[in-house]
Amino acid sequence: MNIAIVLPIFIPMLAGALTLACWQWRNVQRWLSLLSGTGLLLAGIYLFIQVREQGILVAYMGDWAAPYGITLVADLLSAIMVLVTGIVGLSVAVYSLATMSQKHEAFGYYPLLHLMLAGVAGAFLTGDIFNLYVWFEIMLVASFGLMILGGERAQMEGAVKYVTLNLLSSALFLTAVGLLYGYAGTLNMADLAVKLGTGEQPGLVTVIAMLFMVAFGIKAAAFPLFFWLPASYHTPPVAISAVFAGLLTKVGVYALYRVFSLIFVQDISLTHHHILMGMGIFTMLTGVLGAAAQFEVRRILSFHIVSQIGYMLVGLALFTPLAIAGGVFYIFHHIIVKTNLFLISGIMYRYHGSYELSKLGGLYRATPWLAFLFLIPAMSLAGIPPLSGFFAKYTVIKAGVLEGAWWMVGIALLVGLLTLYSMVKIWAEAFWKPLPEEAKPLRGGEDPHRYLLYLPVAVLAGMTLTIGLGAEWFVQLALDTADQLLTPSGYIDAVLGPVEARSRP
Amino acid sequence: MENLFAFVIGGLYATALFMMLRRSIVKLVIGLMILSNAANLLILSAGGLVRGAPPLIPDHLERVTTTMADPLPQALILTAIVISFGVLAFAVVLIHRAYEVIGADDMNEMKSTDS
Repeated sequence: MNIAIVLPIFIPMLAGALTLACWQWRNVQRWLSLLSGTGLLLAGIYLFIQVREQGILVAYMGDWAAPYGITLVADLLSAIMVLVTGIVGLSVAVYSLATMSQKHEAFGYYPLLHLMLAGVAGAFLTGDIFNLYVWFEIMLVASFGLMILGGERAQMEGAVKYVTLNLLSSALFLTAVGLLYGYAGTLNMADLAVKLGTGEQPGLVTVIAMLFMVAFGIKAAAFPLFFWLPASYHTPPVAISAVFAGLLTKVGVYALYRVFSLIFVQDISLTHHHILMGMGIFTMLTGVLGAAAQFEVRRILSFHIVSQIGYMLVGLALFTPLAIAGGVFYIFHHIIVKTNLFLISGIMYRYHGSYELSKLGGLYRATPWLAFLFLIPAMSLAGIPPLSGFFAKYTVIKAGVLEGAWWMVGIALLVGLLTLYSMVKIWAEAFWKPLPEEAKPLRGGEDPHRYLLYLPVAVLAGMTLTIGLGAEWFVQLALDTADQLLTPSGYIDAVLGPVEARSRP
Repeated sequence: MENLFAFVIGGLYATALFMMLRRSIVKLVIGLMILSNAANLLILSAGGLVRGAPPLIPDHLERVTTTMADPLPQALILTAIVISFGVLAFAVVLIHRAYEVIGADDMNEMKSTDS
């Protein structure tokens, strides 16, 4: 068994258990949380290096051979996602040292955070579709707890919608798993890929594929299914919003990428080019239009999560190597940028005590550094050249041009423009305009914890710059990932062993 | 037996969705409970229904010769029941707290975070 695959799940889970045991000692919890964040990041780096050197890694739990036991698989996509999970986990662990109130910490913030990270890492690494359901639920239960931490009215209202829609999606997921098992008689993803094959398939497989698409679409907040997200993501404390915004929807996107590149590739014209494409285009458009109508920082950012998910979906929908590479690049760029933007909105809140744009102002004078740090991820989200978002959008749009998907290209460009509009809106209102007279005076200049606040923000902004300036290496990485995703035989061989060695009944 | 199961499962899905579309959050949670049970029954019947045959291979046999039940759907459902039980316990506590904080069990009263 390869220890590199197990560590990213084991470390946060252990940290969750230990912080739970240290319920009374908040300082111990904080140190454990930092330690676990660092450990998760190191484990992610180790796994990434291993996968990069040795190709796809597989671990059989309890030494049960592939189609029968639970398998953990790490290919490049999983490794990248786990690595980014580590980055987000550590940043949020540092940031929450300064922002989490004692009340929140006393009600189990750290255990829930780490159990959620364990669920996320598990979902990225599993190679078994029922096991994916289990990891989803672990992640969800912890996120439910985080969502209502503090128990304010807005949180309760948001949580009712969040919980309902996610449980509905889980039930659909379970239904689809049941039908799939009834049809194929296996739940191992690689084995499913073999059994379903790429030949002509009866309608039942397409129906199951659509059920999976709806189930994952709800979790990824794709077009007709995203309304729970802007209703709930701005309600919890900002460190929690940040980790949700960065990771949780991306788990849904990851599941779509995995399932629709490995298992359901029988009817690409229908499932990918028509349905996923339409879903992606409308997701981009509705998300950005919703954002343009909002005047509250975190609501704008929430709607932008939706809009950016659309780019990832059209990357998968085009289903060419370049498009998938664009989508993968988009995922890791977006996790870093979006987490960073939410963290910055939290700093803005510390200065003003409000998220409403009409009550903000004058931040550029007060803290030019914060303004600079905001500009990097904001312009990256909009897709301004030297930053990471430009290369992500460029790759997806170029793939669209090469495929002649003109509708998608036109809308993607328009959405980029509208994204720029709402980012400039935040900039102009919160940073540039003078402080409104009725607003409370700025505070927080002598905040004793400000280094803890600025450190993760600066590091994440630095990563955005690095991805942008060293884009060639990252695009190459994304291309390698796309190559792996589009040749499922590599994945299947790694899990089940080479074709000759498979003893099939 | 499959026909009976089909009717029961279909009925449960329909009931669940109907309950979830009501405005009361209590009915919403009841709907979620029924929905998860409907999904569990669906897995059981999709895995193949066998009457009176345990999922065991007798000691003296090398391979399966008689009818036997597929053990996997039962294992899956057991896992799913445990998970949905925990999640629903959370949901019940949540609606209780929501009722206390908001002072209503009507979904129409919960629109302040929508946009």
